[in-house]
Amino acid sequence: MIRFDSVSKLYPTQTRPALDSLALEIDKGEFVFLVGASGSGKSTCLRLILREERPTKGTVQVLGKDLSRLSNWKVPTLRRQIGTVFQDFRLLPNKTVFENVAFALEVIGRPRHTIAQVVPEVLDLVGLQGKEQRRPDELSGGEQQRVAIARAFVNRPLLLIADEPTGNLDPTTSVGIMKLLDRINRTGTTVVMATHDAAIVDQMRKRVVELEGGLLVRDQSRGVYGYSR
Amino acid sequence: MRAQFVLSEVGIGLRRNLGMTVAVVITVAVSLAMFGAGLLTRSQVNEMKDFWYDKVEVSVFLCGADSQVGSCAAGAITDQQRAAIEADLRSLPQVAEVFYESQQEAFERFKEQLPTLAENVTADSLPESFRVKLKDPTQFDVVAGAFDGRPGVEQVQDQRKLLDKFFRALNAGQVGALIVAGMMIVVALLLISNTIRVAAFTRRRETGIMRLVGASNFYVQLPFVLESVLAALGGALLASGGLVLIKATLVDRILAPSFPFTSFVGWSSVWATIAAVFVAAVAISSLASFVTLRRYLRV
Repeated sequence: MIRFDSVSKLYPTQTRPALDSLALEIDKGEFVFLVGASGSGKSTCLRLILREERPTKGTVQVLGKDLSRLSNWKVPTLRRQIGTVFQDFRLLPNKTVFENVAFALEVIGRPRHTIAQVVPEVLDLVGLQGKEQRRPDELSGGEQQRVAIARAFVNRPLLLIADEPTGNLDPTTSVGIMKLLDRINRTGTTVVMATHDAAIVDQMRKRVVELEGGLLVRDQSRGVYGYSR
Repeated sequence: MRAQFVLSEVGIGLRRNLGMTVAVVITVAVSLAMFGAGLLTRSQVNEMKDFWYDKVEVSVFLCGADSQVGSCAAGAITDQQRAAIEADLRSLPQVAEVFYESQQEAFERFKEQLPTLAENVTADSLPESFRVKLKDPTQFDVVAGAFDGRPGVEQVQDQRKLLDKFFRALNAGQVGALIVAGMMIVVALLLISNTIRVAAFTRRRETGIMRLVGASNFYVQLPFVLESVLAALGGALLASGGLVLIKATLVDRILAPSFPFTSFVGWSSVWATIAAVFVAAVAISSLASFVTLRRYLRV
């Protein structure tokens, strides 16, 4: 599903590489936490998976494709198979919940009748039935993140990337979000989640990949957040 | 790719940025109107050339009773002289045809072409002439050399020289119009480019999410390109309206009646110019938008 082969990434303005010879393999259906301090390279990893950045050295393979060989115009097709959830939700403020989720389908050209059928289903799944016509500013943080997850999942992607999805949420809400991601993972979607949230990592006991200064220091199935906090 | 989605995004975009859209429409309208005027002037010049060069001749004006020129010191031309001149003219190898125009005939023609002025003129005021058609119009000098200053000949005139002056003036006008059009088109390009920059910036959130969600680059750029093209087409419409107005009023109602002896551009030229105006509008706007988007819309 995802494979990093000795991947290094050095941003142009910095001396220390963001990632240093990272080797990582994630299989279909796994749930992986990417943990580490700020600046350890978690977000860089996710950006490489999304082909928002290209590695300075090494190759990244996602969904069986070598990203360095992928031509620019094929990148959108790749991204349609990856759902993304971010810390800041990234919803469109002038559109309703329904329209925000439908957006992901409209831009790839799905017909209106499909959208009308699929969007309510996924909103049900995330627990937002009845709130279709609300705007993002009328929702709580947890609800907004659920909309974002709905949008990420509406296309039934094979891979879901989450960059600190619980970063702006309180502990109780975070648990709700994690339950949702777990449910999504059980339908077969691979989930890779970068996080600082130690409590959640400890509670869920999934595979933990720890980065420190761009280096992989720990790769543990059923791991905890870490001993050095 | 759903047309309705794209169109709704375009509509939202145009309304959001209404002020700048209007600016684009007006600028494009003015520049294309000048462009069209330049093209029409060129059509006009070609029309007139076709009309006139056909009819153009060398005119050998014969001495009348009042002529002041040296070669007319003996007074009005005699029949002998007239016959001799005609014979000599016909004998020249460069001459294709010779027509004789009497004073009365000249007067009739004058009345026909310039009816208002003909009131003050009598047949006697106009000279007799031989109208000579040359096989090669550039051989004017041969005829002039042979007949200028000859007793009985008042003047040898190459009508083409007169027309050339007139056409040079028209050409200057046409070049002027096209220069102004060129400058205005540059302005329009810059304005479209700036409008797109602002739009791309204002909509960066939407375009960012579109990219994230996997919309193809073309689909992300399309609303911007369409907005520019639509605004430019609006300008083209206005410019075309202006050209039609010019044809209907200036040409048909003012110029043509005052100058009945020449032909003016017909409606087919106007339609052709309008087609060129629309093509130019689409070309300018597409070019400006593609180039700007490459720079300012990260895809």
